[in-house]
Amino acid sequence: MTEFFQALLDPDLVFLRNALFLGLIGSLPLGAVGTFVVARRVSYLAAAIAHSVLGGIGFALYSRQVLGWSWMHPMLGALLAAVLSAGLIGWVSLRAKQREDAVIGSIWVTGMAIGLLFIARTPGYVDPMAYLFGDILLVTSSDLWIAGGVGALIAGILLIWHRQIVAVCFDAEFAAIRGVRAEWIYLLLLLLTALTVVILVSLVGIVLVIALLTLPPAIAALRARSLGGMLVAAIVMNFLFVFVGLGVSFSLDIPTGPTIILIAAAVYLVLNGVCRIFTR
Amino acid sequence: MSEVEPHSDCNCESHGGEPVVCFEGVSFRYARSPIIEDADFDIYKGESVCIVGPNGGGKSTLLKLMLGLLKPELGSVHLLGKSPKKARSRVGYVPQHIDFDPLFPVSALDVVLMGCLNRRSFGFRSRADLDLAMDSLNKMGLAAKAKEPFASLSGGQRQATLIARALAAKAEVLLLDEPTAHVDVAAEERLMASLKELDENLTLVTVSHDLAFVSRSVPKVICVNRCVHVHPTKELTNARIRELYGYEVSMVQHDHEHLDSHGGHHHG
Repeated sequence: MTEFFQALLDPDLVFLRNALFLGLIGSLPLGAVGTFVVARRVSYLAAAIAHSVLGGIGFALYSRQVLGWSWMHPMLGALLAAVLSAGLIGWVSLRAKQREDAVIGSIWVTGMAIGLLFIARTPGYVDPMAYLFGDILLVTSSDLWIAGGVGALIAGILLIWHRQIVAVCFDAEFAAIRGVRAEWIYLLLLLLTALTVVILVSLVGIVLVIALLTLPPAIAALRARSLGGMLVAAIVMNFLFVFVGLGVSFSLDIPTGPTIILIAAAVYLVLNGVCRIFTR
Repeated sequence: MSEVEPHSDCNCESHGGEPVVCFEGVSFRYARSPIIEDADFDIYKGESVCIVGPNGGGKSTLLKLMLGLLKPELGSVHLLGKSPKKARSRVGYVPQHIDFDPLFPVSALDVVLMGCLNRRSFGFRSRADLDLAMDSLNKMGLAAKAKEPFASLSGGQRQATLIARALAAKAEVLLLDEPTAHVDVAAEERLMASLKELDENLTLVTVSHDLAFVSRSVPKVICVNRCVHVHPTKELTNARIRELYGYEVSMVQHDHEHLDSHGGHHHG
């Protein structure tokens, strides 16, 4: 690990510092929004939103190369696709009378299929694996700016609406009777989820970002007595997983995304087991 | 109550006083099954009313119609002189049970604080909200349990927390759907008495399927089994119940459903 700390200070290894900063910036929205996603048990919807983001990334890459839209950053495409699919999935989940899971599953795969087709039609070689599972070399300084902006937006929305979101997650019917616009607040939560998954897409990829959204809050939930405590613990753990995962992957020269996720999953499984033994 | 608006399609004024709940020719059905047919009744300010009827007879449906959670197919419902959706934030609703997630980390106090919410509740909770929530918990004798996780409370304590949540809404009307399904009849009577002691202007509408409780605790009864009839409790004899329900009803003294000679209830 010492060489990892030295590498962080190495002026030639900008990508490593970028990755760490991105992890730091992403920890806050991932931990906070993840807490609500886990508490409300909508991880499946979050996974569908994250996967359909590939459609937006594919479109962004294609439009840059073929249409000459140089301003179309892949993260911007991801953001647009995430917001679109969150709206669509939210609408289905609120309105579908039956087979909600099948409809949401089809939105999930449609997004991915569109992305793969766009990538296939984009001149030059683009490796979809990098977007699916992350690539530390993909993290640029412009990613940090976008992540910072999106993270600030998420934090602002949560500061304003967190009480209404908690109430809707716990008991939507009662919140509606109190005058809270329960359906809009539910859609707002899915929108926040969409914004959150986009932040860490380049570092851990759209498939693995869901683990980082759900595992730290799930670990925090093992002992948390309040939603606030769960949220803070999830944010801290998120950053620790990114930090340790980055260090381990750099030292062992293995891919970063899977390393971060495996560490998070291992901690979850061990602590889950420990909690079960001690609460028996 | 000066904000109560007169409504032309309802003859509430013929009863005198201020109607809190007004049903006019209300019918409602789930899929093709009629649940409520042509319901006409009023509930007045400060009244204690109990809604009784067999399981699936439409008692909970009636409450949901009052709250605007369901829309009547025919007729109209007024709550505090307005449409239920507009007025329901002035109502404290205590559901029969809530499908809460036992792993959702909230304390009893957090749940009661949700009663202080409205659509303009932005940012962090205020000191006034906290005081109101603690006061409501205190009224229900649960101040000591404020920090306990909601899921760790007993059935009766959870129910009391939900009532405290309704009280924290500064309600003018309390709608309680089987408020003491988890406790005995004596506790239900104590609850009703203590709620009335808190505020005698409070209008209490309670759903109960225990007729023994009704006969001792409330002056007015609304009998629901598709059709809706209102009667003073003292007139509620066995023969009257049989007549009102349309078929034989066996009264039971504890919390079991009333049995009747027909099968095939609709669950509402």
